[in-house]
Amino acid sequence: MDRFVWTSGLLEINETLVIQQRGVRIYDGEEKIKFDAGTLLLSTHRLIWRDQKNHECCMAIPLAQIVFIEEQAAGIGKSAKIVVHLHPAPPNKEPGPFQNSKNSYIKLSFKEHGQIEFYRRLSEEMTQRRWENIPVSQSLQTNRGSQPGRVRAVGIVGIERKLEEKRKETDKNISEAFEDLSKLMIKAKEMVELSKSIANKIKEKQGDITEDEERGGIMSLTEVYCLVNRARGMELLSPEDLVNACKMLEVLKLPLRLRVFDSGVMVIELQSHKEEEMVASALETVSEKGSLTSEEFAKLVGMSVLLAKERLLLAEKMGHLCRDDSVEGLRFYPNLFMTQS
Amino acid sequence: MAMSFEWPWQYRFPPFFTLQPNVDTRQKQLAAWCSLVLSFCRLHKQSSMTVMEAQESPLFNNVKLQRKLPVESIQIVLEELRKKGNLEWLDKNKSSFLIMWRRPEEWGKLIYQWGSRLSERSFCGYLKSCGLVVRRVSRSGQNNSVFTLYELTSGEDTEGEEFHGLDEATLLRALQALQQEHKAEIITLGDGRGVKFF
Repeated sequence: MDRFVWTSGLLEINETLVIQQRGVRIYDGEEKIKFDAGTLLLSTHRLIWRDQKNHECCMAIPLAQIVFIEEQAAGIGKSAKIVVHLHPAPPNKEPGPFQNSKNSYIKLSFKEHGQIEFYRRLSEEMTQRRWENIPVSQSLQTNRGSQPGRVRAVGIVGIERKLEEKRKETDKNISEAFEDLSKLMIKAKEMVELSKSIANKIKEKQGDITEDEERGGIMSLTEVYCLVNRARGMELLSPEDLVNACKMLEVLKLPLRLRVFDSGVMVIELQSHKEEEMVASALETVSEKGSLTSEEFAKLVGMSVLLAKERLLLAEKMGHLCRDDSVEGLRFYPNLFMTQS
Repeated sequence: MAMSFEWPWQYRFPPFFTLQPNVDTRQKQLAAWCSLVLSFCRLHKQSSMTVMEAQESPLFNNVKLQRKLPVESIQIVLEELRKKGNLEWLDKNKSSFLIMWRRPEEWGKLIYQWGSRLSERSFCGYLKSCGLVVRRVSRSGQNNSVFTLYELTSGEDTEGEEFHGLDEATLLRALQALQQEHKAEIITLGDGRGVKFF
């Protein structure tokens, strides 16, 4: 908390406002302090906090002082937060609300929501580092801790180093993951072909189809996650890494692509897979039976209920089906509103 | 009366009772609801209703199908009818409404046309009774003929007209529409009300 300096809150020339949010409380480390309700502003150069009750009380931290940031999701009775880890204050720092603090981080609590968007914008500014290229008045420029000849506490150096390492490690994981993933996807296809032939052989012998049966050209991301990690055995992919890797599939011109449905459900489908055509056959199936729930449809067609539901929802979106939502559950019918007079 | 009412096919179609998320589908659905409400109220000669009555009425509650249109969706249907000019809220809380299977302007037109014809006939009738030959030169409509509201809805001269038996609330709105067009004026007659056509 000793990194903040008092400010008028007015932006300098060449300093631009990026986003602001009301209802933000500041914590010094884990401790609640008196700054419990303010407007938080993010500019290209600083993070500014102004007290909602007393506009004269206004303070700021240069973005250059931030080492890294973390998100803390909301909980029951707890607002979502952003944790901001800071470099130590430079010796020539202007006066601020606190002279000393034992904490090298602060928390920003978003009592009126807005955390997600704010975090996104702050991350962007931290990546773009526009303050390095756009000069403003001298008072905003704060030197980072690492100047030769300065004496610093060993503890902070250790923390900084660890944070750097973590960042490099994450980058490495992502690029490795996506190399692995493309190899694995090819392997997965081979496995699918192999198991298809096994399944057919077994079918001929009138046995049950094995677990790795035909996917129909589309898999939910959770299914992919299990498949990939099961194959890896060690150094498992995190869900985040997997999603980021999958976002690259189309760019890499692999024969697979990530698709996100309106509901937020994510799937990997073959480039050749045409979900819209699947919808036409879904309509036929529903018409034959008069009406179907997602579970009934999934069972009939041999799909997971999750993907079955997405297909029915897509058919509804395209106007082929309509819904009956009652205590009996959600059923889909052919859209007679459009086809009948 | 309810027995002879013919329900449209949608009434037996369960999705009819779920507000459809697809915008195009919803448009068709709402149009069908509006038309059903108007024909139901017309046949049952129901000119006003409360929202509570509506919820339990067979109109929105198909007991055999075990489906009822939820009250929020009923409100949406009623709002559609209001926008089309077939419904008017009778109170601020939107708990009861006037339902007009024909819009007031349309009723107004019918009544005015009838008024013109009648006036002309009675004038010609009078001349004939005087032994004069009548040659119709122009149809200029009646001049300043006056009728009571009662005559309009229940008089002999209106038997056979569509607006015969019309409820007073709707009649009044029809005449107000004519008033707006300067074709009529609502006046006080004794202890009741009447209308003067121009």
